[in-house]
Amino acid sequence: MTEEIIIAGFGGQGVLSMGQILCYSGVMQNLEVSWMPSYGPEMRGGTANCTAIISDSEISSPVLHTFDTAIVLNQPSMDKFEDAVKPGGLLIYESNGMIRKPRRKDINICVINAYDESIKMKNTKVFNMIVIGGFLKIKPILDMEHVILGLKKVLPERYHHLIPLNEQAIRKGMDIIQTEHSLN
Amino acid sequence: MKELRLMKGNEALAEAAIRAGADAYFGYPITPQSEVIEYLMAARTEDRTGMIVLQAESEIAAINMVYGAAGCGKRAFTSSSSPGISLKQEGISYIAGAELPCVIVNVVRGGPGLGTIQPSQSDYFQSVKGGGHGDYKLIVLAPATVQESVDYMKLAFELAFKYRNPVMIQSDGIIGQMMEKVELFEQMPRLEPDYEWATTGKKPGKPSTIVTSLQLESEEQEKVNHRLQAKYREVEKNEVRYEQFHCEDAEYLFTAFGSSARITRKAMEMAREKGIKVGLLRPQTLYPFPSKAFYDLADQLKGILCVEMNAGQMIEDVRLSVNGKTRVEHFGRFGGVIPNPDEILKAFEQKIIGG
Repeated sequence: MTEEIIIAGFGGQGVLSMGQILCYSGVMQNLEVSWMPSYGPEMRGGTANCTAIISDSEISSPVLHTFDTAIVLNQPSMDKFEDAVKPGGLLIYESNGMIRKPRRKDINICVINAYDESIKMKNTKVFNMIVIGGFLKIKPILDMEHVILGLKKVLPERYHHLIPLNEQAIRKGMDIIQTEHSLN
Repeated sequence: MKELRLMKGNEALAEAAIRAGADAYFGYPITPQSEVIEYLMAARTEDRTGMIVLQAESEIAAINMVYGAAGCGKRAFTSSSSPGISLKQEGISYIAGAELPCVIVNVVRGGPGLGTIQPSQSDYFQSVKGGGHGDYKLIVLAPATVQESVDYMKLAFELAFKYRNPVMIQSDGIIGQMMEKVELFEQMPRLEPDYEWATTGKKPGKPSTIVTSLQLESEEQEKVNHRLQAKYREVEKNEVRYEQFHCEDAEYLFTAFGSSARITRKAMEMAREKGIKVGLLRPQTLYPFPSKAFYDLADQLKGILCVEMNAGQMIEDVRLSVNGKTRVEHFGRFGGVIPNPDEILKAFEQKIIGG
């Protein structure tokens, strides 16, 4: 199993930490992982992305140009990464603020309205955890037990009381993700 | 169970330096290397081990602080990225000339000039062939993983003190910024040895210890040069490190160092899936260069593709190593652009198989 993921969106949406949580969860599950951010003169509100690779064998290149899964959280990211999904791969997009729908017909496409759900949960900070939940529903590569362990590693100790809320958000994401286009 | 952590390359080598018993760090921030000093500051090293971490007023000040600490027999290091390393070159030459141990980390970014902040390998010549003035060599280690960033930090201090020579760790923006799982070694004690070459105060009945790279008599300077050259021959004999993949039956060879070796390895796997017998030789030490490994392999090879994130620097050493026994071509992206495995494979098919 090797899962090559690009996560992209606005700075401040928690794009980089989503990748870190997936990778740390992979470490907890005794898998090989690599996380590579786009770095540059970027700022809150600008675009941000990271590549996360989770595999049961040694990872060669940490830098990729095609992906098994693209998780895109805004329109510029959709424009940039829709074409980078491998044929037969998966595109997950967050529906808020998305102007045009994906065009590809040779990939699986799922949609998640994580932002509205985070408002219902009265905490927009769990937005990215809802998206992670949606991803893990479609690609169950990590066990919830290891994701919680990963969260504990990524979150500073003073935020550990928020872990149950994050777990709730992950489960909510699993419930609300919808398949828009399926190859099967 | 051993503790595994997910760390950035820059953070990992900073933590490794603390654990290797470093006495001092002097540096000045620059992207994509700033996490080194950030991590060291946040780690409260003075409470943990007593290690000094100081943000100098400039790169030039930082390297001269390293020079001073090294002269006192301390385990000192500095880090920067390409333009900052250029500023440090005078100090590096002095440290090499005065035969003092220290570690310098270069998290390379695209150049020349201020260039770009994205990853590059265009400082190979600067690291390996000199950089500063005079006939000197740095021992140059090139990590390709975050784990190697940890392991080489420890190794770098060992080699620096074994040979009383500056050691360069040549990382780049990819290795520095990426996160991978790492296993850290146990905290080592900070040592207080009494080196006879260190300026730790004149003892009664013993001559003064003088640290200098200045010799007014040319014959004396020649003696220094002979001593340095003898040391470099020892280094070349003992410290060559490299890694080989699928070289036993290889008819062709890829070679690359650092992060480009990771990407090239993917290209090698793709070529192997096509049934092409190609291997990969990755130098882990850029100086001393694994010349013999290339020379010995050359007889069985129809060609070598040298992949670098520069316009062709290591290729010169590869060509010198094989001495005309096989063809060596270069593929590179530069200025901060990272090559992808598809274009490496395509270049290999065009330049080596079809060429």
